[in-house]
Amino acid sequence: MNRLRAVFLLPSTLVLCVLVAAPLAIILSYSVLTRGAYGGVELPLSLESWLRLADPLYLGILARTVAMAAAVTALCLALGFPLALFLSRAGNRKNLYLHLVMLPFWTSFLVRTYAWMFLLRDTGLINTTLIWLGLIQEPLSLLYTPGAVLAGLVYGHLPFMVLPLYAALERMDRSLLEAAADLGAQPWESLARVVIPLASPGIRAGAVLVFIPCLGAYLTPDLLGGSKTVMAGNLIQNQFTHARDWPFGSAASLALMAVILVLLAVWVRREKEPLL
Amino acid sequence: MRRLLGLYAAGVYAFLHLPLAALILFSFNASRFTVWEGFSLRWYRAAFGDAQLAEAAANSLLIGLAATAVATAAGTLCGYALWKRRSGLVAAALHLSLVTPEIVTGVSLLAFYQWVFRFAGLRLGTHTVIGAHVTFCLVFVVIAVMARLRTLDPALEEAALDLGASEWRAFREVTLPLLWPAVAAGALLAFTISFDDYVVTSLVAGVDSETLPMVIYAMAKRGVSPAVNAVSAVIVTALGALILVSERLRRA
Repeated sequence: MNRLRAVFLLPSTLVLCVLVAAPLAIILSYSVLTRGAYGGVELPLSLESWLRLADPLYLGILARTVAMAAAVTALCLALGFPLALFLSRAGNRKNLYLHLVMLPFWTSFLVRTYAWMFLLRDTGLINTTLIWLGLIQEPLSLLYTPGAVLAGLVYGHLPFMVLPLYAALERMDRSLLEAAADLGAQPWESLARVVIPLASPGIRAGAVLVFIPCLGAYLTPDLLGGSKTVMAGNLIQNQFTHARDWPFGSAASLALMAVILVLLAVWVRREKEPLL
Repeated sequence: MRRLLGLYAAGVYAFLHLPLAALILFSFNASRFTVWEGFSLRWYRAAFGDAQLAEAAANSLLIGLAATAVATAAGTLCGYALWKRRSGLVAAALHLSLVTPEIVTGVSLLAFYQWVFRFAGLRLGTHTVIGAHVTFCLVFVVIAVMARLRTLDPALEEAALDLGASEWRAFREVTLPLLWPAVAAGALLAFTISFDDYVVTSLVAGVDSETLPMVIYAMAKRGVSPAVNAVSAVIVTALGALILVSERLRRA
């Protein structure tokens, strides 16, 4: 068996070594080199890029990224929990309703982000409708704001929250609710003391699945945000394109990866649920 | 309580569906502006008549098909091998490719390609985009294939081996036929992800490998023509249909 297995593993190992591990090793080495005159990198070795990460400007971007990811996670939970509760009680229409959650999610992420530009821009659907209704005279500035980024990210990641919540609520033994009611619990009491504690693995899984991709978000803040909503992903992209500072971009990429991997390690250690 | 929950759910469904529904509706608008002036297919005619969009769509198809073929073949074999016996290292590398933010995948591949090009006389182009797409599609094929393998009875292969089949033959004639739905589902998912990617592609594409998402991105930034709405409507419908087929196959 071992020979066949080794042969079968060969192509994917090759891909993972050459196109996942080697590129990460390259940016690791770039992060301790000096910025070249025309982009690229040069000797000598230097820790300057790593030290620059502690600059208040970049710490501010990191703080803003974490705050945005946290706000998206909280909003997804607020929107997703009642929806998951609804889904878990939907009876024989469950599959249809579940598909309705997934349907927009399955289509192009770029198109879904563009849909928000179409809604929010000065000549977009929301502004033209409000003007047509006579509610406003001048268009509101909706696009290129933190609120637009928040809306776009929540829209893009809501199913990541709903699915694990639904899975947890679906597994819940309904007789526990009857027991709580028989013992005199009000509906909100059984929600707070029975449903939410039982759903907590789903809440944690959903929070991780929303929070982590949002930390690395690039396209949404790029299209829907303005200069005041630069997130970590935009900073990295800028270093490799306009700023041409590859060592610093590499250090920022690795710092972002480190934050993500630490969070995941904490979660995996706690839940012990392998994906592969 | 129950009614309140239903009302809330209806609100969330509206939030999920109205943006795309509005986008698709206005792709049929006769006016250039966001005011409904009547039904028209003029933006579809404009989109289908656009040479740049046509070339980008052809590039996206080519890249998607090539990346899907490689990722599906490698991912299926990998999933099977991991099912036989776990490999912590390969699983860790696959997980790493899954959790790496797209922007980091993009810049690290860009840095890697530029480094390789110093030794080889190559340039960024369709081949570098295909390589990049294979890396982020691979794990999705492995996940789809392994999910199916877990539902299979290992006794089937053991029976084939007991009856004298070689390991290759047991895989080829017993397991693989049972695995096809998952392989096809994984392939469709991989194609969808490849076809939709903007972030990684924009970083590793060359001048001759502009993809559809790159053109849509540029048009969206300029924000002039409702032809973007028409292209978007076509993409959403096509990718949605592919994924529905993929889901069907996964459950089969």
